[in-house]
Amino acid sequence: MISDMNESLILQLAIVLPLLTSALIIATGKNPNVREGVTIVSALVLIYFVFNLYSAFSNDPNQVISALWWELIPGLTISFKVEALGVLFALIASFLWLVTTSYAIGYMRGHGEKNQTRFYCCFAVAIAAVMGIAFSANLFTLFIFYEVLTLSTYPLVTHAGTEKAKKSGRVYLGILLTTSILFLLSAIVSTWVVAGSVEFTAGGVFSPDVDKTIAGVLLVLFVFGVGKAAIMPFHRWLPAAMVAPTPVSALLHAVAVVKAGVFTILKVCVFIFGIDLLPSLATTDFLLYLAAATVLLSSIVAMRQDNLKLRLAYSTVSQLGYVTIGALLASESAAIGSALHIAAHAFGKITLFFCAGAILVSLHKSNISEMRGIGRQMPITMAAFFIASLSIIGVPPAVGTWSKWFLLMGSIETEHYIIMSVLMISSLLNIAYLIPIPFHAFFPNGFTNKGEAEDSAISDVQSNSQIKEAPLPSLIAIVITATGCIALFIYPQPLYELATAMLETRAVNYAE
Amino acid sequence: MFIGLANTWVAILLMMIGLYIVIAQGNLIKKIIGLTLFQTSVFIFYISMAKVEGGTAPIFSSDISIYSNPLPHALILTAIVVGISTTALALSLIVRIKEAYGTIEEEEIQGLDEEQD
Amino acid sequence: MVSQLPVLQVILPLMAAPLCLLLKRSTLVWLFCLIVSFLSLLISILLVQQVSTSGPIDYAFGGWDVPWGIGYRIDQLNVLLLIVITAMSSVVLIAAKESIAREIDPEKHVYFYILYLLSLSGMLGIVATGDAFNIFVFLEITSLSVYALIAMGRHRRALWASYQYLIMGTIGATFILIGIGMMYQMTGTLNITDLSVRLAELPQKRTILTAFVFIIVGVCLKLALFPLHLWLPNAYTYAPSIVSAFLAATATKVAIYLLIRFTYSVFGPSLSFAAIPLQTLFMALGLVGIFVASVTAIYQTNVKKLFAYSSIAHIGYMILGFSTGTVAGLTATLLHVFNHALMKSALFLALAAVMLRIGSVQLSSMQGLGRQMPWTMAAIVLAGLSLIGVPLTVGFVSKWYLLVAIIEQGNWVVAGLILMGSLLAVIYVWRIVEVAYFKEPATAQKGDVLEGAAGGSTEAPLSFLIPIWLLVGANIYFGIDTRFSTQLAQSAAQSLFGVSP
Repeated sequence: MISDMNESLILQLAIVLPLLTSALIIATGKNPNVREGVTIVSALVLIYFVFNLYSAFSNDPNQVISALWWELIPGLTISFKVEALGVLFALIASFLWLVTTSYAIGYMRGHGEKNQTRFYCCFAVAIAAVMGIAFSANLFTLFIFYEVLTLSTYPLVTHAGTEKAKKSGRVYLGILLTTSILFLLSAIVSTWVVAGSVEFTAGGVFSPDVDKTIAGVLLVLFVFGVGKAAIMPFHRWLPAAMVAPTPVSALLHAVAVVKAGVFTILKVCVFIFGIDLLPSLATTDFLLYLAAATVLLSSIVAMRQDNLKLRLAYSTVSQLGYVTIGALLASESAAIGSALHIAAHAFGKITLFFCAGAILVSLHKSNISEMRGIGRQMPITMAAFFIASLSIIGVPPAVGTWSKWFLLMGSIETEHYIIMSVLMISSLLNIAYLIPIPFHAFFPNGFTNKGEAEDSAISDVQSNSQIKEAPLPSLIAIVITATGCIALFIYPQPLYELATAMLETRAVNYAE
Repeated sequence: MFIGLANTWVAILLMMIGLYIVIAQGNLIKKIIGLTLFQTSVFIFYISMAKVEGGTAPIFSSDISIYSNPLPHALILTAIVVGISTTALALSLIVRIKEAYGTIEEEEIQGLDEEQD
Repeated sequence: MVSQLPVLQVILPLMAAPLCLLLKRSTLVWLFCLIVSFLSLLISILLVQQVSTSGPIDYAFGGWDVPWGIGYRIDQLNVLLLIVITAMSSVVLIAAKESIAREIDPEKHVYFYILYLLSLSGMLGIVATGDAFNIFVFLEITSLSVYALIAMGRHRRALWASYQYLIMGTIGATFILIGIGMMYQMTGTLNITDLSVRLAELPQKRTILTAFVFIIVGVCLKLALFPLHLWLPNAYTYAPSIVSAFLAATATKVAIYLLIRFTYSVFGPSLSFAAIPLQTLFMALGLVGIFVASVTAIYQTNVKKLFAYSSIAHIGYMILGFSTGTVAGLTATLLHVFNHALMKSALFLALAAVMLRIGSVQLSSMQGLGRQMPWTMAAIVLAGLSLIGVPLTVGFVSKWYLLVAIIEQGNWVVAGLILMGSLLAVIYVWRIVEVAYFKEPATAQKGDVLEGAAGGSTEAPLSFLIPIWLLVGANIYFGIDTRFSTQLAQSAAQSLFGVSP
C-alpha cells in the first residue's frame, strides 16, 4: 500500500485515468497492439487505485476521503467522496473493465470489427463516467457523469453503423435522455429548491417534516428519471442496445450502465430520502409493485426471445428490478441485498454475455434454437454459461444465492409478502429461460436417446467437428468471471462488509 | 373631447390607413407608400403635440413670450431623415427584387420561391 | 480618456465606418474593422471593471447636462450587453474575410464592412444611451444597416427576406416612436432616469398605458417574440453567413435589453406588471414559442433555418425568465442572453465554414461531413449540446437558473414544459449529427470535395476554426466557471430591482 500517497489524489486519479487512457488510445490508434496494451495497463492501474481506496476505506471507515473540483453555482459542486457503496461499484467496474478488455481483444479481432480505436476510446470514457458516478458526492455530480455515460456509450451502440444500429441508437438515446432530462433533472432541481441541498447525506437531505406529497412525487420522478435502471415502461432502450458489439453489451449493458442506474436509485433512496422517510411515502408501494411487475413481465418476455442476447437483455431488465425492489423496501437486509445483487448480477450476467459473444465469434450463431449440441464444441464456454445461470437464478454454489437471500429476508421483514412471492416466482422463471440453453448444448437429445432423427443428424455433424472455443483472450475472460461467481459465493465477506458499511455510515451519523 | 384631441384623431386615422395599405396591398411599392403614410402620421402626431395655443415659432427674441415647444420639431427632423432613408432603401430593394424575380407582386414572388423548393 | 469611455464605445465604430471608404482594399478594411471591433471590446471590458468597482457611470453628451443634452448611462445591465455585443462582433469578424470573399462580390466588400460597423455602433448606441429618443435613432441606424447587410446575401430570397424585415422592423420602430412621443407628452422629458421618476408620479395612467403597449409591441416585433417572429427565419437564413452569425448573437439580445429597460427602468415593475397581465401573457407566449419554434425547427431541411427557429425558441426561454418578475428569473434571462449569444454565434459561424467549403447548408448536403470537416462538425455538436443544455456547457447553467426561478414560484408544470422543450432540441440537433456522422457523403459532393483539397479532408481554414473554437471553448468554460457570467447577470438583475448586491 502506498500510504504516503494522498487518498484524495488517488480518488481523483481513478476518475481522470480512464479519460487519459482514451486520449492515449486515440494517439496510439494506428498500432492496435500498443493501443490495447495501453488499455490493459491502465485497467490494471485503475484496479490498483480503486483497491487502494478500498483498503484505506476498510481500514478506517470513518475517514473521509473526498475531493472538490469545482463550485459551479454557489452550493452546487462537482465533488467526490469515497463511500462504501461507491467503492463496491467501482471495484466491480474496474475489475470487469480489465476482464472485458481482454475479452474484447479476442472478440473484436476475431469478429473483424471496424473502428476499433473509437470503440476502445469510448469505452474508456464510459469507464471514467462510471468512476465519476461511483464516487460522486452529490446528485449534481452524479447527473453530469450519468449524462456523460449516456453520450459516450451512444457511439458504441451504433458501432455497426447499419440502419438497424442507428435506429436502436435513436431509441437508446431517446429514452435515456428523455427520462434523465425530463424527470431526473427536474427531480434534482426540485430537491435543490425543497431541501436546499443535493449532497448525499447519511439519513437523507429532507427534513422529517417535509411535505410527504412533494417527496412522494419526487421519488417517482427519481425512479422514472433514472432510465438506466430500466424500470418498465422505460426499459426499451436496453434490448435496443443489444445491437452493440458483445463486449459493450457485456460490460456496459449488463454491468456499468445499468448498474449505474440501480446504483443511482439505491443512492437516492438511502442518501437523499433516507431509509426512515421512504416507507412513509405514499408512492413507495406503487413503485415497489411497478418494479415487481417489471421483474415478472420481463422474465416472461425473456422466455419468448430466441436471440440469446435479447433474452439476456430482458433477463437483465428483470434482475435490475430486484435491486430497485431492494432499495425501495427500505429495510437493512433489503438494502444489503440490493448492494450484493449489484455485484452478484454483474459477475453472472457478464459471463453470460461473454459466452453469447464467444458463440457468435466461433460458431456464428446468435439464436438459441441453433445452439443445440454446441457443448461438444465449446465445453468451457457452456460450462461457464451454466455456472453463471446458477448465479442469476440464485442457487449455490454461486454468488447470486446471497443477494437473493437478503432480498427475501428484506421482503419478509417488511411484510411485503407479495414482493416475496414475486421474487420466488421470478427465480423459477429464471430457471425456465436460462437452464435449457446449457442443457440442450450438452444434451441435444435430452436424457433419452430417442430423439428426433433430424436433431441427432445435426448434432452428429456438430459432434464430429472438433473443439472450437473462442479466441484465447476471450476464453480467459470467461473463465475468470465464471470463477468469480463461485469464488464470491465461498468468500462473500468483502462484499457483505461493504454493503453493511453503507448502512453503518448512516447509523453512525444518525447517532450523532 | 373629440375636438380637443383632433390632432390625435387625425394621426390615428392616417396611421390606420397606412397600416391597412401595408397589410392589404400585394404590390411592394404600394406597401412602401402605406409605410410612409404610417410614419408620417406619427410625425404629425409629434409636431401637433408641440403646438402651444397662441404660440409662435421658437425664435430667440424679446418680443416673443409664447412659442411652440421646439424639441419635438427637432426630434421629428431626425425621424424624417430616418423615414426617408428607410423609403430609399426599400425602393432600391424593390429595384433589385424586380431584377431578380421579374415582378414586384408579393404573391408572385412567393409563388416563385415555392416553385424552387 | 477614461471618463470618455461611454461615448467612445459608441462613436468609435461610428466614426470608423466612413473611414473604410478611404482604405478601399478589402483586406485592409477587414484589418481595420477587426482592430476597431477589438478596441470596442477593450472599452467594454474597461467599462465592466469601472461599473463593478464604482457603480453606474453617467455621461453628459458634449458637455450638455442631462435635462438639456443627451445623457449616457452605463449601469450593470448595459455592460452585460455591451460586452456581449462587442465580443461577438470581434470574434465573428475574424472569419469575415474568407467568408465574404466567397459570398459577396469583391466590389461590395468595403460597403459590407461599413454597414457592419454601423450596425455594431447602432447596437452599442441603443444599449449605452440613457435617452429614449436616442434609442429610436440608434435602433433605426442598426436596422437600416442590417436590412442592407441581409440584402447582400447571394440568394435572391435574401432580397425578399430583407424587404419583409424592413416592413416589420419599421412598423416596430414606429410603434416605439409613438410610445416615446406619448411619454414625452405626459412628462416633458426623454431622459430615462427622469422618465421613471415622473411616470411614477403621474396621476393619470391611461396615456401611459397606451404608450406602454405601443412600446412593448414594437419591441416584441424586434425581439421576434412568437407570434411576431415571422421575419426572423428568412432573414437569418438568407443573409451572408457572417451576418447571420453576428445577428443571431446580438440582434435579439438588444431587443431583450430594450424590453427589460422599458419595463423595469422606465415604467417600473409596479406599472408594467400590475396594469396588464403581462406576466401571464409572456409566460404563455414564451411557452408556445418554445414549442412551436422547436417543432418547426425539427422539420427544416436548411440547417441555417433550423437554427433560426431554434433562436425563436430560445427567445421563449428568455421571455419565460422575464415573465417570472423575480430577481432569480431576470438573472436567468440575462444569463441566457449571454449564454445563448455564445451558442448561436458558434453554430452560425460553423455553418459559415460549411458554406465556405461545400457551398450549401442544406441538411442533405451535410452528409458525411463528420469525416470531411471533423473540427467544424465537432464544434457544431458541442455547441448543439450546449443548446440542449447538457451539463458543463453554458446551456445547462442558464437552464438551471431558469428552472430554479420557475420552481421557486411553484410553477411545476411550466418547469416540466421547459424540460420537454429541451428534449425537442435534442431531436433537431441529433438530426444534424446523424446526417453528418452516419451517412456517407453523396457522390456528387465527393467530386467537389476532391477538387477542394488534396487529402480528402476539406476542413475549414484556421481563420474559421480559431473563432469557432474560441466560442465553443467559451461555451464550455462559462459552463464550468460560471462566476463571471452569473455575477454580471445577477448584479444587473439586482440593480433593476433596487436590491443591493
